[in-house]
Amino acid sequence: MVSAVVSTGEAQAQRPLGAAASDLAIELVKINKRFGPVHANKDIDLKVRRGTVHGIVGENGAGKSTLMSILYGFYTADSGEIRVNGRAEAITDSRYALKLGIGMVHQHFMLVDNFSILENVVLGAEDSALLGKSLTRARAELTRLAREYRLEVDPDAIIEDVSVGTQQRVEILKALYRGADVLILDEPTGVLTPAEADDLFRVLNVLRDQGKTIILITHKLREIMAVTDYVSVMRQGQMVETLKTSETSPEQLAELMVGRRVLLRVDKGAAHPGDTFLSVEDLVVKDDLGVTRVKGVSFSVRAGEIVGIAGVAGNGQSELLESVSGMRDQSAGTVKLKGVPLSLEGDDGAHRARKAGLAHVPEDRQRMGLITSFEEWENAMLGYEDDKAYGKGLLLDINAARAEARERIAKFDIRPTNERLKTANFSGGNQQKIVLAREMERNPDVLIVGQPTRGVDIGAIEFIHNQIIKMRDAGKAILLVSVELDEIRSLSDRILVMFDGQIVGEADPATATEQELGLMMAGIGKEAGK
Amino acid sequence: MSALKPLPRWADIILLPLINLTLAFIVAGLVVFAIGQNPLAALDAIITGAFGSGYNIGYTLYYSTNFIFTGLAVAVAAHAGLFNIGGNGQAYIAGLGVILVALAMQSLPWWLTFPVAILAGAAVGGFWGFVPGYLQAKRGSHVVITTIMFNFIASAIMIYVVVNLLKPPGILAPESASIAVEGRMPKLGTFIPWFKNTDVNFTLILALICLVGAYFLIWHTRFGFAMRALGQNPTATRYAGMSNSRITMIVMTMSGALAGMVAVNQVFGVQYRLVLDYVADAGFVGIAVALMGRNHPLGILLAALLFGALYQGGNELQYVIPGLSKEMVVVIQALVILFTGAMEGLFRPALQRLFSGGPAAARSGG
Repeated sequence: MVSAVVSTGEAQAQRPLGAAASDLAIELVKINKRFGPVHANKDIDLKVRRGTVHGIVGENGAGKSTLMSILYGFYTADSGEIRVNGRAEAITDSRYALKLGIGMVHQHFMLVDNFSILENVVLGAEDSALLGKSLTRARAELTRLAREYRLEVDPDAIIEDVSVGTQQRVEILKALYRGADVLILDEPTGVLTPAEADDLFRVLNVLRDQGKTIILITHKLREIMAVTDYVSVMRQGQMVETLKTSETSPEQLAELMVGRRVLLRVDKGAAHPGDTFLSVEDLVVKDDLGVTRVKGVSFSVRAGEIVGIAGVAGNGQSELLESVSGMRDQSAGTVKLKGVPLSLEGDDGAHRARKAGLAHVPEDRQRMGLITSFEEWENAMLGYEDDKAYGKGLLLDINAARAEARERIAKFDIRPTNERLKTANFSGGNQQKIVLAREMERNPDVLIVGQPTRGVDIGAIEFIHNQIIKMRDAGKAILLVSVELDEIRSLSDRILVMFDGQIVGEADPATATEQELGLMMAGIGKEAGK
Repeated sequence: MSALKPLPRWADIILLPLINLTLAFIVAGLVVFAIGQNPLAALDAIITGAFGSGYNIGYTLYYSTNFIFTGLAVAVAAHAGLFNIGGNGQAYIAGLGVILVALAMQSLPWWLTFPVAILAGAAVGGFWGFVPGYLQAKRGSHVVITTIMFNFIASAIMIYVVVNLLKPPGILAPESASIAVEGRMPKLGTFIPWFKNTDVNFTLILALICLVGAYFLIWHTRFGFAMRALGQNPTATRYAGMSNSRITMIVMTMSGALAGMVAVNQVFGVQYRLVLDYVADAGFVGIAVALMGRNHPLGILLAALLFGALYQGGNELQYVIPGLSKEMVVVIQALVILFTGAMEGLFRPALQRLFSGGPAAARSGG
């Protein structure tokens, strides 16, 4: 299921593992860092060879980001030594890290939206009070970088007008412009479409071939296999192992990350579809800016089947989900549940959808599905707070709500097992389980799931996938939207491909190849599946 | 990812405000010292002026009553993520409802009029909060802007109504007719002689009921849950299907109604007539009260008592120490508002570092 998108090249493979110290761009020795009672990094040793792409994998909370923040000077280690190019350095702030040639591309971009690319590159690295000279120099430098590393951008484009992939490119250019030799990328593909991710990997390969050193933090094994030369696995604050990527497998890495054997494949039996539960007819939806994002979509989902909607992010899937679940007004069309049209207009449309038996696990749990500043039990009833289970009349029966939350924590193995804890203190996987438990335990007829495993660690992915299949086998209709093609293919009983606001094809996951789906997702060969 | 943990609750609610308050008094003391007066004598005068006798306490409680209402008005809205700066205007215009009811019912016993006056004040104040709420919910006009403007509109309307409609002929001052003596609510001093003939009245009881009611509303009702959810994450409430526009309008109405209770205290409880500017900026003090009280009814009670004491003690100060003018008192009050309200987060990072393990957190492990 994991395929290398970009060949890793052979040059780096010739270097033996026990390379001389001068080959090391970065060496971390016995790094320790504690946050209160949490020992985030325990005696970490790491050697990163110059001119390689070095992956660091681990589940959320394994300590990857802390380690990189120490290297980048954002945190100071409690003990341990950092050696850059063989010399011990005390990196006290990121400015000094930059001086040593260490640049970081953060998960969340640090760009000024209404500045041009050129201005963003110069920002903070101006030569003098007057901008003219800096801008001229930066423009020349950008042209050189573009040529050397094949990082073409339009220097005068405004950040808010360019794609996320381009914004990331600007972040890389910023680091290079400041003279970075070692680039740290923190979960760089989290916001990218598959095509943009492939593009990023291509850039990383070029950078490596030009002698730059790249440290890639990720929890996606596919990316590790596709682009890295070496990979270090972290688990619970410790460095478990460093391996040559060519000598390992996703299965082995997953086992090292989680500490037990993990099924990377989804086990599911054949679907037994029944009556049509959800039907969407000629749906038209506009986004917040008034742009039509869903252009007349019709499809149906039957009881006991999972219909997956594949597509590159931004082709109307989000608006489709939000509209069907009642979060976003529709411009035209009907949504029927068991043949009855749903009334979804207004800002309480989602409430009526839930009442009718349509549950929704949203794409972005932190922005939509949860209130992270609330305690867990409060989120466990979000959207269902009117239910009789939580008290009579206006008053809320807090004890009943907490008792129910405790039951679900046990049933869905949510950790930590404390319903009074702030939701922000749960890991991504556990937050997703809170949402899933809430939406599944109501026994809805239709479950709409967006990006069920985005930012979720491997151990939890297995659990979440199994829960979704259990719902299907219980005779529910499930609509799944994911930008992870692997996920769509392994879970769905039927795949619909969405491109530019329309459904451009239907495919059978058992027979459709990744290439066929990829072409449809790109809008090529519209009739391929029909 | 931050190395700093949030403060323990008690430190957040008690320790931090106390530190801020102490600092405010130190700076105020420096100011007093700079103009050649003894800061300790001034502090003593304020404390004695606020709590020295039943008389002083009565007036302190009277001021606190207003601040409880306006503090609650700000806090309830704040829980829903709405910043109601219009407490002043809502409290002011609510006086119209109160005086019309009181004058219409002045021949009846006060205990019949009291609940009706409360409803009338709540209705008019609530309406003055509802309109900005409606404008935000349906038209996207931000309540911060509209409530400020509504303060001015209320002010202009009140001048017009008092001078042109309510002022009886023959009276020179811009004020309404007075409630007939037999229709007036007695002050608490009538029942508790200790309070003497101070202005503290039954509205204080109403304020305490509102505090308890607000606590239940915010943390023990479905609506409270919905409004806190809206305050924390409006996208999540849309996802949950709670109507954001409905919550916004209801909360602003409640907030305005709470502010409107100031009119009950002032017009029905103390002045027995409608005078201009009787709110005396209690609406703005309410913002500081809510900030200092962390939007929690208990905190608001304490903060309202503090500001009530400052108002009353400050008034007395000028009589005890002639060198300290009334303006000086305003300076001291302003410093307290500055340190406890506007700069309430000043010491938070330092305290957090202290509570996260102090220097040990920076250099431990290994």
